[in-house]
Amino acid sequence: MNYNVGHDFSLSPVLDNLTARLARIVKTIRGEARLTEANIQDALREVRVALLEADVALPVVRDFIAAVKDKALGAEVVGSLTPGQALIGVVHRELARLMGEANVALDLATQPPAVILMAGLQGSGKTTTTGKLARLLLAQKKKVLLVSCDVYRPAAIEQLAAVAAQAGVDVFASAAGEAPLDIARRALEHARTRYYDVLLVDTAGRLAIDEAMMQEIAALHGALRPVETLFVVDAMQGQDAVNVARIFGERLPLTGVVLTKLDGDARGGAALSVRHVTGKPIKFAGTGEKLDALEPFHPERMASRVLGMGDIVSLVEEAHKKVDLEEAQRVAEKIRKGKGFDLEDFKQQLQQMQKMGGMASMLDKLPAQLAGQINPAQLQDDRQLRRTAGVINAMTPQERAHPELIKASRKRRIAAGAGVPVQEVNRLLHQFEQMQKMMKMMKGGNMARMMRNLKGVLPGMR
Amino acid sequence: MLAATSWAARLRSGLARTRAALGGGLGALFGGAAVDEPLYEELEAALLTADCGVEATRTLLARLRERARRERIVEPPALKRALREELRLLLAPLEKPLDLTRDRPLVIMIAGVNGSGKTTSIGKLAKWLQGQGRSVLLAAGDTFRAAAREQLVAWGERNGVAVIAQKGGDAAAVVFDAAAAARARGIDVLIADTAGRLPTQLHLMEEIRKVKRVLGKALPGAPHEILLVLDANTGQNGLAQVRAFDEALGLTGLVLTKLDGTARGGVVCAIARERPVPLLFIGVGEGIDDLRPFDAAEFAGALVD
Ligand SMILES: Nc1nc2c(ncn2[C@@H]2O[C@H](COP(=O)(O)OP(=O)(O)OP(=O)(O)O)[C@@H](O)[C@H]2O)c(=O)[nH]1
Ligand SMILES: Nc1nc2c(ncn2[C@@H]2O[C@H](COP(=O)(O)OP(=O)(O)OP(=O)(O)O)[C@@H](O)[C@H]2O)c(=O)[nH]1
Ligand SMILES: [Mg+2]
Ligand SMILES: [Mg+2]
Repeated sequence: MNYNVGHDFSLSPVLDNLTARLARIVKTIRGEARLTEANIQDALREVRVALLEADVALPVVRDFIAAVKDKALGAEVVGSLTPGQALIGVVHRELARLMGEANVALDLATQPPAVILMAGLQGSGKTTTTGKLARLLLAQKKKVLLVSCDVYRPAAIEQLAAVAAQAGVDVFASAAGEAPLDIARRALEHARTRYYDVLLVDTAGRLAIDEAMMQEIAALHGALRPVETLFVVDAMQGQDAVNVARIFGERLPLTGVVLTKLDGDARGGAALSVRHVTGKPIKFAGTGEKLDALEPFHPERMASRVLGMGDIVSLVEEAHKKVDLEEAQRVAEKIRKGKGFDLEDFKQQLQQMQKMGGMASMLDKLPAQLAGQINPAQLQDDRQLRRTAGVINAMTPQERAHPELIKASRKRRIAAGAGVPVQEVNRLLHQFEQMQKMMKMMKGGNMARMMRNLKGVLPGMR
Repeated sequence: MLAATSWAARLRSGLARTRAALGGGLGALFGGAAVDEPLYEELEAALLTADCGVEATRTLLARLRERARRERIVEPPALKRALREELRLLLAPLEKPLDLTRDRPLVIMIAGVNGSGKTTSIGKLAKWLQGQGRSVLLAAGDTFRAAAREQLVAWGERNGVAVIAQKGGDAAAVVFDAAAAARARGIDVLIADTAGRLPTQLHLMEEIRKVKRVLGKALPGAPHEILLVLDANTGQNGLAQVRAFDEALGLTGLVLTKLDGTARGGVVCAIARERPVPLLFIGVGEGIDDLRPFDAAEFAGALVD
């Protein structure tokens, strides 16, 4: 999945704010020659708020803002970008850098059995993730054994057994009356003598400040000598993520992080907090309750999700590369005036969309709110764009400049000329009208409303 | 009152551990000499790091400054008391006891995102209700997650109360049976567990609406209470959860769990501002007795201890 939060709830005021805020950053700084201490101050404040609303922990936000400021005031404003766009670029790049440069896979290179130890707070998703990893490793032809050292939570052992059965792997029997350390030792011995490739060890959820429980898991680590010690974090977690991650990181030599429940609509700022304090890669993303809902983690996409604006940065950059700048400025000018946007312009825009790789590739780069509204199944993609351009081509220049002239008889002629049914012409005119409204709104600076009104303008939008 | 003190003591000792772990807290802060900008900034940081959210924090600080001006507050400790008072005022509307004096059986339906503490809270609630002299029946409405039923059955055993469950089957069928059983057995309170779900899973939100409808068909007026269980670790998404579940089901209350950890559950400040659904109980541990009625003053004190 792409990590964009996509459904009706994503249009909450908070999320609207995020997009609007960052849009405002571009607006406020536009027209100034370069970034100065003074003119990025406001913009950085907006970034700070956006990150806090995304649940990035305050100390991490502070460090982050300091780093961005450092870079922004340096020589990084280049090329044809406006200073505002350049600043967003810096923010996004820095966020992606903090999130980790690339995906890091499990490293099971060791004398088998390779042990994977799971750790985390209560309810974060350890047991489910254990099952997911088992399924993944089984598909890689590994011989996998699971064991539960959770002797506390009612039916935790049964839960892991059920999950193992679903995944189709073996489980080492344990019971609530036993000591976790004993269970672990016996399971390891069993895995050794039966030539298992991997032993996955599920543990009870624990609070970072529960000294006895933290000692317990440190002891488990000592006895098992795992190659991977994975810290399982709920994507909905708030500010406390830094404290919890720091303590777990101090007590256990973590090798990686799993971020769960990314199928929800949380921005997932905890990912950044955890990365920042542990320095460990986020290796997997949990994207559902079923055992196949585990994916390699993509830092870049997560950075976009936290910012709540899709990969708008690369969209901006690509637009600059591929789109005829003069043409773009002409349209921008019309938008600014809020009038005179005609069907000819509409056609140009559609063609530019095609130049930028068509709808499918744009979809990946759109802000979360927008991408969520688009139903890929309905997306007719570039064929649809070409058809639309064909309809406009069948119009006279006068009709293009004054769409209101297009009544029933003209519609029939245009449809015949383009080889499409009349409904197609009607739909196009409707789309155009929506687009025109949107342009007016953009002029008013109301990004949020614009997003909402984009529904139905682009093909395949719900 | 005894229970309240011990909970407060417990929460304080919990926070003491937190402070030790974090190296100093607000206490140190108020040792300073004057009410100045750095002090306000520290207070802002304290509220933000408690997950109060940007908007609620702004509102609270604006009110605090106003009060400081009005009451001519110049001493840091007095400012701290004033902040607590503002927090208490914000949270007081959420304070509401669970009304047990209505229909019999009284039906309580539990909802929430995955892993928030629903099933555990039901176990604790069953104990609390029995302490109030009520008979209790549980319905294993989570027919999806592995061993969810066994987990609730274990809580039933700990409480010595019956659990209505089916092997397989859907949630609506289970709660329908349970409602009939509750009436037939003359039970005071029926509590229905449901599977965890994220509001983005629209089909699951539809499914839980059906559970509610079916309860209403089985017993007119049911469910009398629809409680959302919220994890205190949750950040600003907590507000989105309250909104989404309230829109789908019409919530009558909240339960805030896992307050025994280092998370402070400040998102309830945002909830109090935007969607003031009553906060009936807080969860302070994994044990059967670790449930307390919500007390706004105590909570306010613990938030900025
Ligand atoms: N939607 C969604 N739910 C998840 C995901 N991962 C886990 N869950 C659900 O979250 C809940 C808690 O998961 P568990 O695996 O039981 O969590 P745990 O960390 O083992 O919990 P404890 O053992 O009690 O500490 C269950 O309802 C899971 O189905 C995910 O990626 N997406
Ligand atoms: N420390 C602490 N842990 C809690 C509290 N309440 C619940 N838990 C733990 O949180 C984990 C999840 O609790 P459950 O009751 O299974 O959560 P749930 O909402 O029913 O989960 P699903 O049914 O999978 O969605 C378990 O390990 C519980 O023991 C609490 O107040 N404090
Ligand atoms: Mg578990
Ligand atoms: Mg449950």
